Amino acid sequence: MINCIQCIEYVMVLVMILAAIFAVEWKDLLAAVVGMAAVSLVASILFFFLQAPDVAMTEATIGAAMSAAVFIFAIKRTQRYETEEEEKLGWWIRW
Amino acid sequence: MNIGVYYFGAISLMLIGLYAILVKKNLLKILVGLSIMETGVNLLLISIGYIAGRSAPILSEGIGPNQAVDPIPQALVLTAIVIGVATTALALTVAINLYETYKTLNIEELRRLRG
Amino acid sequence: MVMKRALAILTLLIIGYWMASALANVPFGADKMLVAQYYLNHVKAQTGAVNAVTAVVVNYRGFDTLGEVTVLFIASTGVAALLWRKKRERTAETEGSIVLTTGARLLFAFIVLFGAYIFIHGHLTPGGGFPGGATIATAFLMLYLAFSAYEIPHRSFEVTEGLAGMGYVAVGLIGLAIGSYFLFDWIWQTWGWGHSNIGRLFSAGFIPVIYTIIGIKVGTELSGIVDSMVKEGGE
Repeated sequence: MINCIQCIEYVMVLVMILAAIFAVEWKDLLAAVVGMAAVSLVASILFFFLQAPDVAMTEATIGAAMSAAVFIFAIKRTQRYETEEEEKLGWWIRW
Repeated sequence: MNIGVYYFGAISLMLIGLYAILVKKNLLKILVGLSIMETGVNLLLISIGYIAGRSAPILSEGIGPNQAVDPIPQALVLTAIVIGVATTALALTVAINLYETYKTLNIEELRRLRG
Repeated sequence: MVMKRALAILTLLIIGYWMASALANVPFGADKMLVAQYYLNHVKAQTGAVNAVTAVVVNYRGFDTLGEVTVLFIASTGVAALLWRKKRERTAETEGSIVLTTGARLLFAFIVLFGAYIFIHGHLTPGGGFPGGATIATAFLMLYLAFSAYEIPHRSFEVTEGLAGMGYVAVGLIGLAIGSYFLFDWIWQTWGWGHSNIGRLFSAGFIPVIYTIIGIKVGTELSGIVDSMVKEGGE
């Protein structure tokens, strides 16, 4: 059983940075909103490691639920994909 | 130059958000970048106030005033998070109204349609 | 196009290097409290709260919280004003499945109760008015997602939000009348209620009163924002 808190911190910061890079890169705007909610979730866990329980509760409720919901309602009333032209399929299919 | 892992994570979130604001063309993607940048700034403020070996600033039994982390950055970030979601909602309604008037969300085309 | 991306990445690397070299002088985890040490030493005697963050937000820096409540109110009014149409209605087509509708009906009361618990016990446990109000707004969002024809009674929510905002200013003005400054904690310092009760529910001056007002205000405000953005309308 691995028993170091530092390893968990490194892994969480890496997951957060990966989720942020994917949220900016994906062309489907619904997927980008899910990436943004994942960044908020991992930031809430990091706030808990930094001994700040009030801020962790507030960020989990508002960042993961309210902010993502307001974005999805805005996507519903505008368009879903970022650009309208068809791109040629690469080795990843329709990111 | 050795900064801890929390400072590195907060600075990278701010830089990724700034990249989205500078380079991307769709208005909703720019707002996603703005929201990620606000999360990075809040993480930086809380990680500056952390003191090693101490516990949360709730002074119940057994935790005296010399064993608590700094409570002031937490009070500032608590209001900053709520204000962030309110301004994001207002910016999204402006984007909805732009789409209904001009039928596009591309900032290069919006610059050409005046009047 | 490629030139723009290369210039952007170069600018970001320079900004990142400046920020990192500035943060190298702030060691992570060292003791650097100045004003906060005074707040931590005197929070139980001067305010009666056990949660130091709550005492700083409502009591020591209460005027900043009034400014933040004002910003939230302006944002909510702005969203309702920009999305005003002559005839607004919900345009959802499919009703939720039976699991979703039954679950939403059962869970709604418990989520509102949990949100009320969070803001009533703001001076004892972590939380306070803002996550409690946001939890109540999440309960109304769940009802919007489950039923395709549900609406909140918009007029009464707006009236409640306005009255809660006025209540916060009224608490401050009563403090000005009794004591010497706006937002004076008259329950703890003039009347002296709850001095022997530190660590229990009925203590900490006017912190539970203000947090109840803030919780109701934030909950109805965020529900109003969700309601304005869901409905689509004609001209």
